[in-house]
Amino acid sequence: MTGDITLIGYGLATIGPAIAVGLIFAAYINGVARQPEAGNLLRPIAILGFALAEALAIFGLVLFFLAFFTG
Amino acid sequence: MSATIAAAGLPLPTAAGENSHFPPTPEDFWQPLFKMFEIGGQAYYFTRPMALLLIAAIALSVWLLVTTRKAAIVPSKGQWLTEKVYDFARNDIARDMIGSRDFMRFVPFLFALFVFILLNNLFGIIPPFQNPTMARVAFPIALTLVVYVVYHWIGFKKHGAVGYFKFMLPSGLPGWIKPFILLLEMITFFITRPLTLALRLFGNMFAGHMLLVVFIVGGWVMFESGFLHEGGNPVIGVLAIPAWLMGALLTAFEGLIQFLQAYVFVLLAASYIGGALVDEH
Repeated sequence: MTGDITLIGYGLATIGPAIAVGLIFAAYINGVARQPEAGNLLRPIAILGFALAEALAIFGLVLFFLAFFTG
Repeated sequence: MSATIAAAGLPLPTAAGENSHFPPTPEDFWQPLFKMFEIGGQAYYFTRPMALLLIAAIALSVWLLVTTRKAAIVPSKGQWLTEKVYDFARNDIARDMIGSRDFMRFVPFLFALFVFILLNNLFGIIPPFQNPTMARVAFPIALTLVVYVVYHWIGFKKHGAVGYFKFMLPSGLPGWIKPFILLLEMITFFITRPLTLALRLFGNMFAGHMLLVVFIVGGWVMFESGFLHEGGNPVIGVLAIPAWLMGALLTAFEGLIQFLQAYVFVLLAASYIGGALVDEH
């Protein structure tokens, strides 16, 4: 069996952003459930937070490819 | 050889092993169509994403011209769709993020950015294109450069050269901490923001398309090794069906991601523009 340890590293690295994205949307759903009329106000904020948290996972992906294909 | 097969829109391998696209690598996204010119021994190719970029520009121009040329108060179906998309970019993105005072002059920019990225992303799942343009990192970088120049330019224009750096600092900080905060803020403004903006779009399109290739081409490789080769195990061949079902499911999911990424890119661009335009603290 062959492979590259960086793959496991990237898999582990996605856990953090995954939890972050889950928390952000949990908070968003909570907010809308409490105050449905705030949905439009909260949506861009939630998407912004989601994008920022997700950027970390994307960094991991890029670094994984750097490590995987350069050595 | 594999590049020409992929360029012809036939990414399926002809025989397992030789020419196989499984597992997919970033090289599979390099799909030259024909050679354009050569400078100093370095050949420059016209690639498939470049063709898609042109198609997107032409399609969007035609769509917007046709649906708005005979604009009426009671809109036709085409005009209604255009108005919905425009309304989304104008009110839900530009006005929310920039503020109702001076968002109007950025609406054409943001609307163009939005529909352009959206269509280019959707090319990832629309046959026969099936290749998201933004999966080559140069294209998101070019779009990000435009946004980068715009938000810095309006920031400099509004606050002045020195005032712009002063504006980056939050007010009410003790004096000794100011240099560090200024350094951090400058890293955010000049490095982190454009880097994340470009890499987010690239990474999502690239990884998402890779996922589709894994399930669909992987299913084909299993099917082939199960039924089309002598001594193949039929169980592996049958397992191709769930892989293809998963591919179909992920295609729908990918459509959602593609819309979301176009939205996020333009939303962040608008928020950077809005951030550069707020008044002094």
